[in-house]
Amino acid sequence: MKFLTALAPLIALAAAPLAAQNQDLGEPMGEGQEVEAVAVEGDDGDGPLRGTVSDDSSLDDLGIAIPAFATDRNVSTPANANGTAALGEELARVITANLRNNGLFKPTGPDSLPKPEFANITSPVWSTWGVRGAEMLVHGYVRARSDDRLTVGCYLYDMALQQRLVAEGWVVSPADWRRAAHKCSDLIYARLTGESPFFDSRIAYIAETGPKDNRTKRLAIMDSDGANHRFITTGRSTALTPRYSPDYKQLVYLSYVDGNPRIYVYDIGTGRQTLVTQSENPTFAPRWSPDGRWILYSMAVGGNTDIYRVSAQGGRSERLTDTPGIDIGGSYSPDGSRIVFESDRSGSQQIYIMDADGTNQRRLTFFGGRSATPEWSPRGDQIAFTHIAGDFNIAVMNPNGRGLRKLTNGWQDEAPTWAPNGRIIQFFRTARNTGATSLWQVDLTGENERRLPTPVDASDPAWGPILP
Amino acid sequence: MNTRIATAVMLTSALALAACQKKAPEELPPAPEATAAPAPTPASTGPAVGSMEHFIEAVGRANTVVYFDTDRYNIDAEDSAKLQTQAQYFSQYSNVTFTIEGHTDERGTRDYNLALGERRANAAKNYLVSLGIPASRIRTVSYGKERPVALGSNEAAWAQNRRAATVTIN
Repeated sequence: MKFLTALAPLIALAAAPLAAQNQDLGEPMGEGQEVEAVAVEGDDGDGPLRGTVSDDSSLDDLGIAIPAFATDRNVSTPANANGTAALGEELARVITANLRNNGLFKPTGPDSLPKPEFANITSPVWSTWGVRGAEMLVHGYVRARSDDRLTVGCYLYDMALQQRLVAEGWVVSPADWRRAAHKCSDLIYARLTGESPFFDSRIAYIAETGPKDNRTKRLAIMDSDGANHRFITTGRSTALTPRYSPDYKQLVYLSYVDGNPRIYVYDIGTGRQTLVTQSENPTFAPRWSPDGRWILYSMAVGGNTDIYRVSAQGGRSERLTDTPGIDIGGSYSPDGSRIVFESDRSGSQQIYIMDADGTNQRRLTFFGGRSATPEWSPRGDQIAFTHIAGDFNIAVMNPNGRGLRKLTNGWQDEAPTWAPNGRIIQFFRTARNTGATSLWQVDLTGENERRLPTPVDASDPAWGPILP
Repeated sequence: MNTRIATAVMLTSALALAACQKKAPEELPPAPEATAAPAPTPASTGPAVGSMEHFIEAVGRANTVVYFDTDRYNIDAEDSAKLQTQAQYFSQYSNVTFTIEGHTDERGTRDYNLALGERRANAAKNYLVSLGIPASRIRTVSYGKERPVALGSNEAAWAQNRRAATVTIN
């Protein structure tokens, strides 16, 4: 008993830091379900047709009709209060919005099209769609399974050929019905452009409210189209610079929850978080390696900031840079062998490259102005960064430091993050004077710049990979 | 020195009181009622030693903050004069611990500004340590560009935000 009494204060002390670390967190959300691919109706086993798309005009002008997805039987589902028939319309609406918002093709949605019958999903009534001038036709179905989950089939037809180009199906839990629409969007996009998919992915970012000198900044996540928005932190402490782990099971981010800037690793399934490193020093700018095995972070010791790497499982940190000055950030090449990072060792912020173990450091950017926040494209062919020359803008360059292209023209655009397929870059824009922030994206050609709708002001976007 | 501070304390107390009265009330005042005049405050009570109020009264508000040029963190002549004034206070009140907050203007990328704010806070800390203030009494924290004091997007506002502010903890 005496022993227990003596121990009690010790336990309280030990528990205190953990409590402090968690006092800004909302309820844990549990891990998402995986989406299972299934064979679809009319799948003859030959796989999709491999021929080229018959239309040779610009893809932006390609008309695509996306009528409501049919259902074999309108039954109730937790995914839609009005049953699977209404859900079929919603699926087609999500796909239409995905393609339209990204400036891809000329989609026509279910609200201005007739509804195909379930039986015609695998054999379209060509005469119905031929008169509408669309070059491509999307059909799909949704069927409630006995286990409450949903099977969604997605078919893409070439109107001129009157042939199916591709078809896939997925089993999703009712809560994940939008993922089926994103999978179908990805199927259409990948088949017609030859690019890798990107819709079925999520974005972590910082939601901002309040006046410029007293901003509330909360860690938040959402689907790539802005749906399923969710706050992770309550806003009691400032949260900054999140990054999803490649498997979406964890987030790293900066929090002032104990009064100091510190990087935490937040586990999405359990809702618990731990410090990236046990140190009294401030830590900034966390990043994952593409395989999820390493976390990069930057730490200031006596005012001097360097980049460190630590195993995602924890353990000893390894210092990668040791120059006087600020070495910060870092982004791995897709194969994990090299890291681009930012350093002011030359006197101003510039981008440098090194091997993943910290060797062979050399400067990449000699553009004039300052270059910051490099992010290596998941395709490996480009590095996006913030170019500071008077104003702040998003630019890309080749990994050899040449081929500078400026993609935006704002007053302060910073912090690029890549779509999973390396074709679109997201960033945040700060308004002069008001300090209002918003998320934007632009494609690699500098075209199709658009603002992403968010419930409140938003900054520090981090686009995750395609969902597992 | 003591007399000077005491005089300063009394003077600034009076000023602070006047300043308080000028401020718009946060709530409607209670209906007036006839009361006896409040008992005069004993002259001995003032802000507690080590409180932010006490620190400001002793060194002057302007001396609690040093400013930096764009992307710089060096302590110039004006900064060193301010930090010497702070050092006198912290030498005299050797139990007082304090925080130096490093800040930047909004015209920088977020990560870099966090590191730059930390570097500025450390520059001020190192100067105080060189004047004999033990490092163990000084905490630093960087807020980067997260906590501006001047809200405009112009050079005058940015100059006010590139700062290291000394804040007492007691």
